Amino acid sequence: MPSPLEGNALFRGIYCWLAANKGNALQCPPDGPAFKDGWLPLGWEWLAYTIAALAIVMLVVNAFMVLATIYTYVERRLLGRFQSRLGPNRAGPFGLLQPIADAIKLLAKEDLVPAGADRWVFNLAPVVMVVPVILVLAVLPFGRHSFVADVNIGILYVVAVTSISTLAMFMAGFSSGNRYAMFGGMRAVAQLISYEIPVVLSIVGVLLLAGSLSLVSIVEAQRIPYILLQPLGFFVFMAGSSAEMNRSPFDLVEAESEIVSGYHTEYSGMKFGVFQLAEFGAVLTTSGIMATLFLKGWEGPVLPSHLWFLIKVFLFAFLFIWVRATLPRLRLDQVMAFAWKFLLPLSLINIFITAIEVLALDTTKLANLWLMAGINMAVAVLGIAAFSRFVRLGGKPRDITIEIPMASEAR
Amino acid sequence: MPIRTEPVTVNLGPQHPSTHGVFRLRVTFDGEVVLDVEPVFGYLHRGSEKLGEERTYTQVITLTDRLDYVSAMTNNQAYVIACEKLAGIVAPERAMYLRVIAAELQRLVSHLVATGFFLNDLGAFATPLMYCFRERESVMDLFEMLCGARITVSYMRVGGVFQDAPEEFWPALNTFTTDMPHYLDEYEQLLTSNEILLTRTKGVGILTTEKALNCSVTGPVLRSTGFPWDLRKVDPYEIYDRVQFDVPVGEQGDNYDRYKVRIMEMRQSIRIIDQCVQQIHPGPVKADVPALLRPPPGDAYGRIEGPKGELGFYLVSDGGIAPYRFKIRSPSFINLTVLRDLLIGWKLADMIVTFGSIDINMGEVDR
Amino acid sequence: MYGLGILNGFLVTMKNFIKKPVTIQYPEERNPQHPRFRGEEFVWYEDRCTACASCAKYCPLGIIKIVTHPSGGKLPEGDAYAIDVFDIDIGRCMFCGLCVEACPYDALFMGSGFEESKYKRADLVIHADRLRAAEKHPSTWFRPQLEGRGYDPQSDAPVPWKEAGRESWPHHLPQRPGEPGADGADAPSSPAGH
Repeated sequence: MPSPLEGNALFRGIYCWLAANKGNALQCPPDGPAFKDGWLPLGWEWLAYTIAALAIVMLVVNAFMVLATIYTYVERRLLGRFQSRLGPNRAGPFGLLQPIADAIKLLAKEDLVPAGADRWVFNLAPVVMVVPVILVLAVLPFGRHSFVADVNIGILYVVAVTSISTLAMFMAGFSSGNRYAMFGGMRAVAQLISYEIPVVLSIVGVLLLAGSLSLVSIVEAQRIPYILLQPLGFFVFMAGSSAEMNRSPFDLVEAESEIVSGYHTEYSGMKFGVFQLAEFGAVLTTSGIMATLFLKGWEGPVLPSHLWFLIKVFLFAFLFIWVRATLPRLRLDQVMAFAWKFLLPLSLINIFITAIEVLALDTTKLANLWLMAGINMAVAVLGIAAFSRFVRLGGKPRDITIEIPMASEAR
Repeated sequence: MPIRTEPVTVNLGPQHPSTHGVFRLRVTFDGEVVLDVEPVFGYLHRGSEKLGEERTYTQVITLTDRLDYVSAMTNNQAYVIACEKLAGIVAPERAMYLRVIAAELQRLVSHLVATGFFLNDLGAFATPLMYCFRERESVMDLFEMLCGARITVSYMRVGGVFQDAPEEFWPALNTFTTDMPHYLDEYEQLLTSNEILLTRTKGVGILTTEKALNCSVTGPVLRSTGFPWDLRKVDPYEIYDRVQFDVPVGEQGDNYDRYKVRIMEMRQSIRIIDQCVQQIHPGPVKADVPALLRPPPGDAYGRIEGPKGELGFYLVSDGGIAPYRFKIRSPSFINLTVLRDLLIGWKLADMIVTFGSIDINMGEVDR
Repeated sequence: MYGLGILNGFLVTMKNFIKKPVTIQYPEERNPQHPRFRGEEFVWYEDRCTACASCAKYCPLGIIKIVTHPSGGKLPEGDAYAIDVFDIDIGRCMFCGLCVEACPYDALFMGSGFEESKYKRADLVIHADRLRAAEKHPSTWFRPQLEGRGYDPQSDAPVPWKEAGRESWPHHLPQRPGEPGADGADAPSSPAGH
């Protein structure tokens, strides 16, 4: 039974530790690590398989959760510095225990369900929100030979799974029975579906170059970082994914100054905490995908591969925080116009150029890759400049002659 | 054919992150488009006008601090000008200069707060707000030096100011006026030419001069329409006829112009302060006014160009120790008149931004 | 060029990111406080007080309560009345300082503290006993005789009642400071900048 987990070093280690015996020589070859006898008798490999798989899943999910809570602290500290203040620094040394304090506070809070809410959907929405973020980790290579599964359609899986969060936001917004939440849910559906398209198209350039859909192979295929070969694709992916994560300047879904808190206005206690965790976790997973696709993933000199991956993830996360600290928000119609008039054509141009280059040039030669990088960089600058000159995002007011009476008269 | 959906009515406020206090807007939306707006206010009504009739002329000064609580100095100034008109008192020259310096500092504070919250409403996550509040703090420190309080200053008295500025005020003021233009440059560099800000604000919420004049709108909102009406120029009070400054005007009266006019006015305020510091002479700071002022029967209307518009106090005296009638013409309240015309037809996001650009203060609206 | 405005914004935030934050960590570090600061703990010199109750009359909120009885002293010495009750309800006080301005004998001063938090509203009423016992660190608000000698309530020693009054001021004149006729040297009246 060929399993997507097979290539995982940690999985093999645990599995062979439990179930290495003579009948199992295929999975645990004797020339590998010296596993003489497994703990489990012959015929119980299925249990070893389950235990090994669960162990890895537990490890990855928990590591990710811890990382996400640390990230909330990092984001708040950095945001504070961008705003010329300190950020949380009271709980523990340098405020490092702030995420724990937050979690305790959220757990201690009353878990309110509004009277007008659709209970089932309302309670389910945070779960649906957080699950896709964790599912993405299944295919992400964290380091040399360490990933949960090497799926050969990895990037397709990522795209498919992340789009579930749209549903969660709509569920939350719709079931709350609150009009602000409804606005948030409607905005989420409109915005997130629109931005799926440029994001997916911007990945196509990477796929053309790498010739594979598996994230593990994409990392290995990068001889020079694809951020140099695909600057336009990177720009579109960065803008599109920040829209998908509802981050500035596309944070309409939870625009605080407009619709209070958007879809999670009515949530309190740990349900709210789960939403926050999902949002901050999404930044990490997206940064992870960006590092994998555009910055050689875990590859790097001297330092261990896991550390390189973490450095790259936090580099992109820093970029997102910087953007959040600087830019104001676009309006809904402008956000949609930005997706359809600006990002979509740019990603199409990127695909065309990359396809022609891959056809015309021999991509195995390093010199050709640098030539491609030069061409693509020029195309990116020209494309962005030209489109920003011709595309107008502004809108006009709807011409309304007030036919409905004032609300006070309607009573 | 556009899809018609059922209009939905939403209560924006009185508890909402961007209604600048306890303001309530009953808005009818079609999707995201504003069909109708009905402002509801009175949640912060404290009966200031009635309270003023039961207090002596000096005690009312403490009430004026709490009208527009981000610009207490200008409130004080307008009130004492009205009182001086009523009682026929002329304040000493040095007191007038001190008042003008304090009022212009307060105008800076008010515009900083307005700009910061306007950009915050635009969605720039608290960054410009924090920067603006950083400079506001330095003005607050100056106020603390001047009068011992930061927000509710009660600095001015009928016939002058209560006390001369301390020695260390002048070097601190000098440092502030030297540094402030750089900070203003920083705000402008941060967002003024930002393309997102331009698309969000240019051409949004256009107010015509005609409409503004019909609704008796004053202040930066009126000047943004291109109409150079500034009481400091038109009807100079105190020593404004001795200082040189320009009246910045906008081009078309949209949100961007209202933002830009405020930034330009801050530069003019620094210019005025610099000139006042040059011109001020030693001398008395308070005219000889009895502690219990009893103005002759009559009435007086004192007005100044406040940070938000024409701030006027109408006082009627019956010869007693307290005003017989104490009426406030608050610019925030009157500028709200145009709200409905500005908002209808625009989207929810524009509504918040336009509302923020008018720069109201609920303490002054509800009084 | 298009997009330059956005890049400029990024530069500004990065500049502030590198700079030292302006936050002051309050309980550990403090903002320098000016001597004129109108603080909470009032300073009251019973020896100077004649129990005229001007402060109570001038208070816009009427939160100063004074009860007196004739003490048999002489009026010109100012001890004709003894004070039974002198309460200031700082729970309702707005620190406008009009009471200090009203005091003709420099007996009442604004305080310099601002950390008066209590669990009960009743505790916020400052009684005469507490006012008598308190360390006298008066604010220089409306007291040019203190300001003129550069008194700083935060760092300097408490002021005894004999030194707090206007008569101890070197230029003790019938006029108030700054009025025509007052000596030019007494009032802090340097023109700024020259």
